Amino acid sequence: MTQAFRLPTGGIIDRSRPLRFEFDGTAYEGYAGDTLASALLANGVHLVARSFKYHRPRGILCSGSDEPNALLQLDRGARTEPNVRATTQELFDGLIAASQNRWPSLRFDVGAINNALSRLLPAGFYYKTFMWPPTPRWWLRYEHFIRRAAGIGRSATAPDPDRYEHQYAHCDVLVIGGGPAGLAAARAAAHAGARVIVCDENPAFGGDLRGMNDDGSNIDGKARATWIDEAVRDLSGSGDVTLLIRTTAFGYYDGNLVALSERVADHLAAPLAHMPRQRMWKVRAGTVVLASGAHERGIAYAGNDLPGTLLAGAARTYIDRHAVRPGSRAVVFTNNDSAYAAALSLSRAGIAIGAIVDAREDSELTGALAVRAREHGIRIVSGSMVPAAHGSKRVTAVDIESLSGGRGTRVDCDLVCVSGGWNPAVHLFSQARGSLRYDESLAAFVPERSPLAIVAAGGVNGCSDVGGALADGHAAGLNAAAKAGFRGPASYAAPHAEPVAPGRLRPLWSVPARDRSGKRFVDLQNDVTVSDIALAVREGYESVEHLKRYTTLGMGTDQGKTSNIVGLALLAEQLHRPISAVGTTTFRPPYTSVTLGAYPGEEAGAHLEPTRYSAMHDWHVAHGARFINAGLWRRAHSYPRAGETPDDAANREAKNVRTNVGLVDVSTLGKIELQGNDVAEFLNRVYINRWDTLAVGRCRYGVMLRDDGMVLDDGTTSRLADSYYLMTTTTVNAVEVMQHLEALLQIDWPELDVYLTSVTEQWSAAALSGPKAREVLAAVVDIDVSNAAFPFLAVGTCTVRGAAGPMPARLFRLSYSGELAYEIHVPADRGRAMWEALLAAGARYGIMPYGTEAMSTLRIEKGHVVIGPEADGRTTADDLGMGKLVNAAKWCVGKPLLSRPALIAPDRWQLVGLTALDGAVMPRGAKIVADPDHALPNPMLGHVTSWCWSPNLESWIALALVANGRARHGETLWAVSPLADAKARVRVRIGPPTFIDPDGERLRG
Amino acid sequence: MLLIPCPWCGPRNQLEFTYGGDATVKRPLPDAPMKTWLEFVYLRDNPRGPHQELWHHSAGCRQWFKVLRDTQTHDILASGRADEALPGATA
Repeated sequence: MTQAFRLPTGGIIDRSRPLRFEFDGTAYEGYAGDTLASALLANGVHLVARSFKYHRPRGILCSGSDEPNALLQLDRGARTEPNVRATTQELFDGLIAASQNRWPSLRFDVGAINNALSRLLPAGFYYKTFMWPPTPRWWLRYEHFIRRAAGIGRSATAPDPDRYEHQYAHCDVLVIGGGPAGLAAARAAAHAGARVIVCDENPAFGGDLRGMNDDGSNIDGKARATWIDEAVRDLSGSGDVTLLIRTTAFGYYDGNLVALSERVADHLAAPLAHMPRQRMWKVRAGTVVLASGAHERGIAYAGNDLPGTLLAGAARTYIDRHAVRPGSRAVVFTNNDSAYAAALSLSRAGIAIGAIVDAREDSELTGALAVRAREHGIRIVSGSMVPAAHGSKRVTAVDIESLSGGRGTRVDCDLVCVSGGWNPAVHLFSQARGSLRYDESLAAFVPERSPLAIVAAGGVNGCSDVGGALADGHAAGLNAAAKAGFRGPASYAAPHAEPVAPGRLRPLWSVPARDRSGKRFVDLQNDVTVSDIALAVREGYESVEHLKRYTTLGMGTDQGKTSNIVGLALLAEQLHRPISAVGTTTFRPPYTSVTLGAYPGEEAGAHLEPTRYSAMHDWHVAHGARFINAGLWRRAHSYPRAGETPDDAANREAKNVRTNVGLVDVSTLGKIELQGNDVAEFLNRVYINRWDTLAVGRCRYGVMLRDDGMVLDDGTTSRLADSYYLMTTTTVNAVEVMQHLEALLQIDWPELDVYLTSVTEQWSAAALSGPKAREVLAAVVDIDVSNAAFPFLAVGTCTVRGAAGPMPARLFRLSYSGELAYEIHVPADRGRAMWEALLAAGARYGIMPYGTEAMSTLRIEKGHVVIGPEADGRTTADDLGMGKLVNAAKWCVGKPLLSRPALIAPDRWQLVGLTALDGAVMPRGAKIVADPDHALPNPMLGHVTSWCWSPNLESWIALALVANGRARHGETLWAVSPLADAKARVRVRIGPPTFIDPDGERLRG
Repeated sequence: MLLIPCPWCGPRNQLEFTYGGDATVKRPLPDAPMKTWLEFVYLRDNPRGPHQELWHHSAGCRQWFKVLRDTQTHDILASGRADEALPGATA
């Protein structure tokens, strides 16, 4: 097809650059500068969609982001995207688009049966019909089918191949909208010295003037296009101005944070190599100038949804900007002057105008444009309306009737241009907690006041002519710059355009109904009609928010940009209340839909959160370690050898620690240095046990409580020097503990002389465990590590001899495994050298590295608790068998509430050890019960917290919290796990939690 | 997203901070009665309007400080050191 509806001249399309595209399988051609919508219209394609509920044929209504109908599936393989507005999608070569919500085809759609059945599908149909029988289960059953019937478009199934970016920015003045008002505001603010960002959702600046016929008017004596070019050039040459096109301000948040969505590559077939697909801007603006313009609205008459129906401004845009003839014979239906500009464009394009049907009386048609239209000899039928349009897949005729009654006439046409007035795009002003005022003369809501620094300018304030918008914008720019502290000297004078005297608008929301069959649509995207609103009011939905949810008015992807105000005006009519008393629904972000990928931006996949690696990480990788996540850390789980499963490896590693010696990377432990004169006092207050007795060169295990008495964390603290301590915390709790300690010191006890420094990242650490640990250590350090010289819980410094030379180290005689063990800490960058030195020295003793899985097995065998599984936020120190540690002679955080009756009740769940009997395997997530055959719900006596195969005991063992567990040692109970395995039932023997070396001879030896 | 004026670092994005709750609650002395401790741990007012709160500049200077924030509008009316009385604060 050859663009049969393209005008031979005019427009801002590039006729030398034809672009091929496809719609529903048919090949077409357009030009660079086209939108998908303008290119379809240039080829005479008006029918582009089926409506949501009734599957009615729909065409292109608008020319911008307010479009409710022309939502297409853009097919780009893995980039396929539903609900793309044809009116904003720029045409590119090879674009493939398809219509949605139809089967088997757009022209013949089975779902259109809904239209015939529409009397059975009133507002609230789903709520009314599917609420019986009144059980949620039935609703869930219906919902499945309803959702399928209501589908629009399809989402991609392959992973998103594109990249998205986030960009933070700060400015004194953010100008939203780059039309005449926005450009004037930006220039005024920039010339006053302010740092300015200007964004516009279109591919170029100029707003409603972009590509439009001047029709004899000018700005500062220049053609409008020339003025816009100069303004943009001036701004891009100014010091600190950022110009963003294809960028929509979609959300306004606290602290004047405005979120912008920049569509960097959506106008291309695919992003170029260096491009993200989209960029989300988070702009902190001193002051915002909102120059977002206005959206035209329609008038509800029967058949106002037929393809070939365009808003008057959109028709004018397609003619002027894109050199497209949207029809051959038009009827214009209006209640205000703006449609006359469209009529003049129609006339220039050679489109026959059957009539301008104007709701206003002849005496009201005094505006300059109306006068010009009359001079052009265009037939004006005043005081009249279009009660109905006719046609099936395209409008073929309209009726024209006097508003005061009488017989109508029928006029043939294939294009209806409608204007019911203009709704200022107040969305962001409202999001900025701004109040709105109903302006009777505009019959629209305009910004009133906001507590935030936002100034509205131009069309959003109700300016309908260029001169007014320029002056308003200039003033807003100066005002915004002044708010940010920039008061000139302004070297830039306000731009000037001759004002145009507007004619008064006569509010007309819908025409009277003529018969039952003619649907008068208010919300075209969600198929909400005038009758639906009347019905909702009759049923008692009088609040605008209820009306919205009951009828789904304004709940489509267009968020009701063309329909909301019409809908609430009709609600007001029904209620016989003024529109100002009915009010608007709440405007919420996003202003237009934002691609989900843009929200996480770069923070997806591997970059979802930071990953922390120890200095030994590369060694672990090189030696086949399997990893797990611990907080943000990657830790070695085990080091499987050829033919081993990770569990086999962990069992081998755990066994080797008890028989020979093992080495584990514990760099991830939280490490906090404490310095000052009051550290001992501070430790006394935060740990349950005593610290003022700890000597230099010694360390001690400690438990911290939350204020409610539950265990917060455990770890060891070492006294390195007189007033210099090192605390270790659990890996995953390090951040929380640091914050807790800082709060206590800064808020509660500022008088204590204690300074905290997190040194987790500064030290690499390894634990050397096993009966042969001492021999291995002695081979690499320069101090005496005999039991006499360096006993259990000793702390010291030494030098470790590595292959590349000696390194300073801190040495701690601590044991988590229950074996003779040492922790060696070296400066972080020496971690791998220390690790390799110990492994080399241990080779002759059978040393093996071990991972977190073996470490876990060893600590379960030893009965050591872990924060999380055992200390789960509901357990006290006594529950965990550490009641003795709570020092009776001193106070500590959490102690006052420990004496509450519930925390000392005899049936509290207490830590015990379980041994599986009969050679059974402990099931996952097991509960402890007395009788596994008891009818459900089976009374629970407790639950397993940690469990493992013990290679040293050759049996499945577990730690568990069991009611009054310490008194049950020796009893046999049952472990069941109805969720993991309904058949699982394991006889378990209750005993003390320490399975190995209960007297601690090994670790002290 | 709040813009929180850290008394030490100036206005910063909310993402850098951790909320710490009601700043008017004072930790009781160790020998305070159980009732006082229970109130300290569990009971908080939920005012509509200005509210003195603690915030921690956890991704910044690591200082805990006070903010007077309107819980209805999210407006931040004042901020100051943890040991400072905020102008406009009632408690």
